[in-house]
Amino acid sequence: MIPAAFDYHAPSSIGEATALLAQLGEDAKVLSGGQSLIPLMKLRLANPRHLVDINGIPELSYIRESDGFLRIGGLTREADLDESELIRSRYPLLHDTCKVIADPLVRNLATVGGNLAHADPANDHPAAMLALGAEVTAAGGKGRRRIPITAFFTGPFETALAQDEILVEVAIPMPSARSGGAYVKLERKVGDFATAAVAAHVVLGTSGTCDQVGIGLTNVGITPIKATAAEGALKGARPDEATIKRVAQLAADASQPSADLRGSVEYKKDMVRVLTARALRKALERAGGGR
Amino acid sequence: MHIKLSINGEKREADVEPRLLLVHLIREVLKLTGTHIGCDTTHCGACTVLLDGRAVKSCTLFAVQARDREIMTVEGLEQNGKLHPLQEGFMAEHGLQCGYCTPGMLMTSFAFLQKHPTPSEDDIRHAISGNLCRCTGYVNIVKSVQHAAAKLQEGRA
Repeated sequence: MIPAAFDYHAPSSIGEATALLAQLGEDAKVLSGGQSLIPLMKLRLANPRHLVDINGIPELSYIRESDGFLRIGGLTREADLDESELIRSRYPLLHDTCKVIADPLVRNLATVGGNLAHADPANDHPAAMLALGAEVTAAGGKGRRRIPITAFFTGPFETALAQDEILVEVAIPMPSARSGGAYVKLERKVGDFATAAVAAHVVLGTSGTCDQVGIGLTNVGITPIKATAAEGALKGARPDEATIKRVAQLAADASQPSADLRGSVEYKKDMVRVLTARALRKALERAGGGR
Repeated sequence: MHIKLSINGEKREADVEPRLLLVHLIREVLKLTGTHIGCDTTHCGACTVLLDGRAVKSCTLFAVQARDREIMTVEGLEQNGKLHPLQEGFMAEHGLQCGYCTPGMLMTSFAFLQKHPTPSEDDIRHAISGNLCRCTGYVNIVKSVQHAAAKLQEGRA
C-alpha cells in the first residue's frame, strides 16, 4: 500500500518545526515514530499534504529527573523507556506500560509523545499518565505552555494541542515514599489493542490509608478515562479486599466501552472490574516495597 | 529527494519520492529482495531490517527517514561466504518451513542477541513476538536462536 504524495520537511530544531507547522497550517502533520501515522497514511485514512519529521531534533529525546519531576522528551522511544534503569527501578507503572505497547519492533520506533498526541483511546500511555497525574509541555509559535493531562484529551484522536504545537515533554511527579503503580492489560495477542487495560497508582500514608490514588482506563470509551469516583472511594481509605472490590466496581461503572470483535459491552465492563482489582493489588504490593 | 545511506556496509544513493517506503527502496530500487513484504500493515515483521542496529519494520518507515543512516538486511548476515550462526541455526534446527518470515526472524534475532547474548527461552519468545510465523509454531525458531546464541558464546570464549 502506497500513501498519497506529500511534501517532506525535516526541521533540525523545535523552533524550526513549530514555524513550519504554523506556515503549513491544517494540511501538515508531525511525523514522530510514525507507527500509527504511517499505517493510517498507507490505508489513506490520513492524507496530510505535508509531513514535518521531528526525528532529526535530538533535544526531544531524554529521560531524566529534575525539579521533582521525571521528564520524558516527546521523541523518546518506547524501547528507551523499557531499557532505562531509572524507569525500571522507580516507575514500575511506566515500565509495565512500555512493555505491552504494540510489539518489540514497533517499540523501537514508537515514541511516548506520539502515543499521547495521537490520542487514540486504545493507546496505553494515556491511562498511565492519567493515573500518574502527568503534565505535558507543548511548544508552539507563542512559546511553551503546560497542560495537565486531565485537560489534554479532548475527544477521540483530538487533543488540546494547537495546529502549530508539538508535545515536547511529559512530566510525572517523582515518586514519594511508599508509592507504587501497575499497568494491567488484557490483549488477545501481542500487537493487538487492549480489550481493556487499567493503570493504577497509589501513595500509602503512615497510617496505612491511601493518601493518593490514580486510576486510568484504556480502550473502554471514546477517550482515555480517569475513573474519578473509584479514585475517590479509595482515597483516605484502608485498601482492604472489600474496599478494592468496591473501587473496582466503580471503575467498571465509569467505563463506556463499545462492543466489537474483542467482546461485548458487558464483558469489557467486567474486565475493567477484574483488571482494576489486579492493578490495585499489584500497585499496593509495590507501594509496600514489593516488585 | 536525493538520499545517501549505508546498506550492509555499502554506500548507496537514490532519488526517492518522500512517500516511498523503506522496504520498497530496499527491494525495488536497491534490488535486495531478501527482505520480504508480508502483511504491509505493521503486524507481521517479515520486512524487519536493522536501522542503526535496531530492528524495525521497514514497511512502516519512509526511505527518506533512513538517509545518512546504516541499514542492515538479511543479505548482510553472511560474511566472506560463511553463513552467520543464526542462519546455520535455522538450518540445523529446522527453524523454517515456507521461509517467508525467516528474513525478519533472523534480523530481529540478530539485534536481540547483540544485547542479550545468553537469553532464556522466555526472553527469545518475547523478543520475536513482533514477528509472525504461520508454519512452525515457533518451537524450532526458538531452538534455532538458542543454537546461534550457544555458537556465538563459543566464539567469544
